[in-house]
Amino acid sequence: MVTIRSETTESDGDLPLLELRGITKAFLDVRVLDGVDLDLRRGEVHAVVGENGAGKSTLMKIISGVYPPDGGSVEFDGTPVSFRSPRQAQSAGIGIIHQEFNLLPERTVAENVFLGHEPLRRGLVDKRAMLRRTAELLDAVGETSFPPTARVGQLGVARQQVVEIVKALALDARLLIMDEPTAALADHEVELLYALVRRLQERGIGILYVSHRLVEVFDLSSRITVLKDGHRVTTAPTAETSHDQLVRHMVGRELAHYYPPRAEADRIGEVRLSVRDGANNRLRGIDLDLRAGEVLGVAGLQGSGRSALARAIFGAAPFTSGEVRLDGRPVRLRTARSAIRAGIAYLTEDRKGEGIAAGQSVLDNALLAGRAVFPRWAGRAARTVRIRDLLAAVDVRAAGDQQEIRFLSGGNQQKVVLARWLSLTPRILLFDEPTRGIDVGAKSAIHDLVRRLARDGAAVLMISSELPELLGMSDRIVVMRDGTIAGELPARATEEDVMGLATGADRAESR
Amino acid sequence: MTATRSAPERTPAVPRRPVRTLRTAVGADPARGVFVALALTLVIGWLVVALDGGQLLNQSSVVSLLHVATGLGLVAAGQTLVILGGSLDLSVGYVVSLSTLVAAETMNGSDSRITPAVLLVLAVSVAIGLVNGVLVATVGINAFIATLGVGLLLKGYLENGYDGPAGSTAPTLVQTLGYQRVGPVPVAFLLFLGVAAAIWFALRRTRYGHHLVAVGGDPDVARLSGVRNDRVLILSHVLCALCAGLAGIYLASRLGSGAPRVGVESFYDLESIAAVVLGGAALAGGRGGVAGTVGGVLLLATVDSVFNQLEVDAFFKQVVRGVIIIAAVALYARRRHRRHRERTGAPS
Repeated sequence: MVTIRSETTESDGDLPLLELRGITKAFLDVRVLDGVDLDLRRGEVHAVVGENGAGKSTLMKIISGVYPPDGGSVEFDGTPVSFRSPRQAQSAGIGIIHQEFNLLPERTVAENVFLGHEPLRRGLVDKRAMLRRTAELLDAVGETSFPPTARVGQLGVARQQVVEIVKALALDARLLIMDEPTAALADHEVELLYALVRRLQERGIGILYVSHRLVEVFDLSSRITVLKDGHRVTTAPTAETSHDQLVRHMVGRELAHYYPPRAEADRIGEVRLSVRDGANNRLRGIDLDLRAGEVLGVAGLQGSGRSALARAIFGAAPFTSGEVRLDGRPVRLRTARSAIRAGIAYLTEDRKGEGIAAGQSVLDNALLAGRAVFPRWAGRAARTVRIRDLLAAVDVRAAGDQQEIRFLSGGNQQKVVLARWLSLTPRILLFDEPTRGIDVGAKSAIHDLVRRLARDGAAVLMISSELPELLGMSDRIVVMRDGTIAGELPARATEEDVMGLATGADRAESR
Repeated sequence: MTATRSAPERTPAVPRRPVRTLRTAVGADPARGVFVALALTLVIGWLVVALDGGQLLNQSSVVSLLHVATGLGLVAAGQTLVILGGSLDLSVGYVVSLSTLVAAETMNGSDSRITPAVLLVLAVSVAIGLVNGVLVATVGINAFIATLGVGLLLKGYLENGYDGPAGSTAPTLVQTLGYQRVGPVPVAFLLFLGVAAAIWFALRRTRYGHHLVAVGGDPDVARLSGVRNDRVLILSHVLCALCAGLAGIYLASRLGSGAPRVGVESFYDLESIAAVVLGGAALAGGRGGVAGTVGGVLLLATVDSVFNQLEVDAFFKQVVRGVIIIAAVALYARRRHRRHRERTGAPS
């Protein structure tokens, strides 16, 4: 008995937790995955990277039982498996943390965690056990800031993600798929996630880590697999891979530089937008000048009021006091409509929820704002032609402009939204996390577009949680903290400067 | 901000949890609003009727109020389930009518046939609920269209086969379910409360209940969490039809015979939906509860009773009911909107 057990543990060590061989999958006629191999060991973090459309999501959905593969084999824990539903994969021990959270905002943490496998006692849901076990799991991942009875909708994004992870752990997941886990997190929250991932690793859980953020991939993973156009390009130990190599594998070309050059001083013009002492229930004492030709970066932690600032300028959640001037003239922007008519555009951070009408075509999405705000704008045929030109100019890749936008990758959706605003020739553009969840190639395309708009004389305000992006793109950075502007930094600031202002560490002994 | 604020609070939160449970339970109760409205309606109604020289809460009017509430309530209790699941059932009115006929014709005035008659009604209801559920959940037809279609089918059958009351309800059933009371409270009303309590319990303490709210809240989340959405929805439609069947048995006991038009004339389809929505449920599903529905039913029945005592024109009565429903839903929408704003303000 004893010998047998020690034998199995030995072979457990050798045997991969998950082994994929020659996975193939096609939708309609498009081959999304072509003979992909992948293996994952216990306690390993294996990163899967690739541009959007490379097949990462499809591969993860095959592993988690959402789709069956057309060809190839999946072995989990040494036995061949073919899951026909997420439920089967879950009960086998495969959990997935989706990019868009799979939580019910109206329900409590405990109810969400145990959804689909509520503990029973005499045939009834055992609420006490549910609460107790949720509390235990929350403690196990080091999260004590909210109780299991909290309503999920009242938690912030970072905490909702913890709930997602706990939800997977509640199923005794031995394999955890994390799909862009940091897409919605601010920098300091990413640190917490790192700690969490390492804790899971110590418990012997194998983690497939899908991310666009290469820094994280290098920080966390022990091996990296690169997918491109449905093929596996390479699998290599992280220690033997360089950042540049990885990018080259992903895009198949060298990216000469990540960020376009900044504006020259003489290109920066008049103040387009100025706010004095702006305040509402989320903001206070906002003093801000935005000049033509510049990209003004807005940094800050989650909840510091970055988006609230953009939404206030855009009239979506307007300032209730203070003064706003456009080109020197006082204006009152009480609704998004009035802001749009004044030449302001706002690309929301919540692309799925507020940015796109998922079921409508690319063309309809691009025409949305123009049709709504300027009904007679340029005549129907002319404006369609113009939109098509813009869609081509921002390089949207779709099967045609009648394709439903939800079938496009995040990067292409964002370009459509951008085309929508460009069709109105805005003079002030507010970008809120413009590259969140977007692959490397599309990201630099969007960076180029943003810079080009500024060069053509637009005033750009850009919010980003990604500090390298913010530092690389901005001509000037304001840092928000607790609903107000904590300070302003020049283009050549460092990440430490920004974090110092964002966390309040610059104020001596505030902790 | 999240981190800086939560850092000092990092004390073990365990001992505080029971307190939070109680508070969140009370705070999240969607039924509170409708019971406040019910109390207000009772007070105002009592005053208005008193000024008119009558009395709202005398024995006979309370009894008739509760009888009105019983018929509507049984239907609405079932409707709550399908609405919570993001569906709805427009066939309930016809199911009620059909059930009165099946019950009365099977019994044919004989006490000995009560059991087979009840069983037959329930079987027919289950069958109709199954059809509704399969059409909505498995075939994927929009619930509005599917249940309207099934309703029209039943309507055709009823109009073709009957032009007036038919059959005869067993006398024992008429005496008990139809007319027996405990003080001013009809036995049938207690049956309604029992059904409502059972549903309340099912929603809170069974897997089915938890899964139903999840399916209504977000079908994708439910599916990816391993919930079998189709089964949950089909079961809900079956339970909804069963409740309508019970309402049919009750009405047959009340009327003494089968009535082919009783369900439609009482507007049970739309009124039951109105009662559920008055109770704070979201028509889109995922939010609400049967306690709210009980409040909504009592509110509608009270308004009915007040207008009956004032002998107000039936047309005007409908107008006021319409105003009440719209006002209530507008109020809920406002409250939700504010909560949503507070929430979306938060993640910056």
